Amino acid sequence: MAIDPATPDTTGTGAIREAGGDVPAAVGPDGRPAAGIGPYRLGLRRLRRNKVALAFGALFLVIVVLCLAAPLYADHVAHTGPNDNHVTEQVTVRGEQKDVVSPAGLPIGPTWQGRFLLGADQNGRDLAVRLLYGGRNSLQVGFVATLITMVLATIVGICAGYFRGAVDGVLARILDLIWAYPVVLLGIALGTSLALGGITIGPLELSGNSLYVPAAIIGIVYIPYVAKPIRGQVLGLREKEFVDAARVQGASSLHIMSREILPNVASTLIVFLPLMVANAILLEAALSYLGAGIQPPNPSWGTMISDGIRLIPSAIHLTFVPGAMLVLAVLGINVFGDGVRDALDPRARVRISAAREEKISDEAMEATVEH
Amino acid sequence: MARFVVRRLLSMVLVLFAISILTFLIFQAIPNGDPAVRMAGRLATPEQIAQIRQSWGFDDPIWQQYLTTMGKIFSGDVVSYTQQLNVLDQIKQALPATLSLSIGAGIIWLFFGVLFGLISAIKAGRFTDRALTVLALVGVSTPVFLLGAVALYFLAFKLTIFPNGGYVPLTDDPVDWLYHLILPWCVLSVLFIGVYSRVLRSNVLDTMSEDYVRTARAKGISERRVMVRHVLRNSMIPIISLWSLDFAAVIGGGAILTESVFNLQGVGQYAADSIQQLDVPPVLVVVMLGAFAVVILSALTDVIFAFLDPRIRLTG
Repeated sequence: MAIDPATPDTTGTGAIREAGGDVPAAVGPDGRPAAGIGPYRLGLRRLRRNKVALAFGALFLVIVVLCLAAPLYADHVAHTGPNDNHVTEQVTVRGEQKDVVSPAGLPIGPTWQGRFLLGADQNGRDLAVRLLYGGRNSLQVGFVATLITMVLATIVGICAGYFRGAVDGVLARILDLIWAYPVVLLGIALGTSLALGGITIGPLELSGNSLYVPAAIIGIVYIPYVAKPIRGQVLGLREKEFVDAARVQGASSLHIMSREILPNVASTLIVFLPLMVANAILLEAALSYLGAGIQPPNPSWGTMISDGIRLIPSAIHLTFVPGAMLVLAVLGINVFGDGVRDALDPRARVRISAAREEKISDEAMEATVEH
Repeated sequence: MARFVVRRLLSMVLVLFAISILTFLIFQAIPNGDPAVRMAGRLATPEQIAQIRQSWGFDDPIWQQYLTTMGKIFSGDVVSYTQQLNVLDQIKQALPATLSLSIGAGIIWLFFGVLFGLISAIKAGRFTDRALTVLALVGVSTPVFLLGAVALYFLAFKLTIFPNGGYVPLTDDPVDWLYHLILPWCVLSVLFIGVYSRVLRSNVLDTMSEDYVRTARAKGISERRVMVRHVLRNSMIPIISLWSLDFAAVIGGGAILTESVFNLQGVGQYAADSIQQLDVPPVLVVVMLGAFAVVILSALTDVIFAFLDPRIRLTG
């Protein structure tokens, strides 16, 4: 919603910790880059030193693994499925019989034991089980949407920037169109209409409650955010000598775009990747909150929060549990993405060092990374 | 300069035209979305449905339906399908709440975004910077409806410091208006403060390495003056264009989540309710209004910047 398309690398934390430019192995004794170290190896090395980013990346990874293990938890610990109702049942908590859902309609809170670890919802469904299954759905939508965004945005951005002229004119107008269309409104308009009837595009048939409906919507909505900066970068790259060299050697446009230009925008794509996953998960939650995302009874973090908000005065845990999980997952990938950006964007290091008026041999490193 | 403005205006009209067609098609293409069936109610006879279909023109070819609807929008007598109320009147009723929310929040997020971004840049690499960075990322990672709901639970329900949602018109009671809006303003601002402080921080760090800043320092100007007159001024340009875009989006229904959590009955909430009832005319008008605000404000910013900075004119 609020990413500036023109400045992909502006939300920088800065790899502050290493602002002194102390990557000794990367720089030879004469201050020149040591031979044989590629920009990505350098980036990886910088990322490895950013312990905060790694810790948050690990947090995200743990959440992903937990969600993938949802069926194991459901079968062996909770002994119930994500959509199984236990409204009329009772559960033994520390030797005491308790209603899963009280006669007044209040669901049980966290029991801190195998069954109903985090409590139940108003339908007597195990919240922890739903949390993990919901996470699978939220993450799946996030990843699929990001894949759609990245692939289409790369194609559109490279074509627009490489061919310029009429191709650029048409593509840029389409991007402007998506760009000017209010994101959330476009999402709920598409989501509501597709949720009702599904859609058939050629051999592809999506039913209304398919996960791929919100994923496709979110994927399309975010295309301009990535395509615009890629296009700008390609406009500059196509004038570089190595493109001319390929052209006089008789390389086709397709070859130049895929073999010469694509590797040079790859680092921008890598920087956008975690950012887009985070945004896609957030937009899915927003759409589900408005009823235009993942359709019940399928759980997702967004639908669980929106169900919980209706009962917030009597059962805060219904909002708090999925909310905390969502924020932790998104925060994890955001901080990690920030670290990736710093590691791959040597300018961030130059900026900080300049601000601190320290002389470092970063220019040399910048030269290697920019090919 | 004149050519630049004309070109910008032309592409603006084109985008708006395309948006109106797209919105119309999205809702026309819905299977099971026949408005006549829903308007007639559950117990309607096929004759009644046919009659509604004829009198509303749902039998016409789609381009003709589009033209009729657009004609009605521009003549001001477009009516919603479900309750058959004049859409423009409904929007006029909802607009004060949305404007109050967006103007107040816009000021708050711009002020605190710039303040935190500047502090972060000056203290780059120190503890303050890192703490602000983490805070900004937490703000960016929290869905606004979750934050709003939790804030309402603790501050309105548990502690009863703030009212539990709702909107009071400014003309009715200015104090109550303010009282009802403080929480929505803060909640809506959090995300933007996070984004803006990050953007400003890196802009300031970029600008600080420019030659003219070194020149200014070399002339012996005080550090405060260098920061304010030379660094901050130049770092603000991208922030202002970002702000005008976000602000326009918030006015045009972008605050939909905040509005529904706090039950402000604004334009966004009106659009959300209409979408859920598959009511095309209100959605069409709100979406066009929002796109209109975005397109006009971004064109306006472009023109103003082109006027202020000749470099943009040449490259744009």
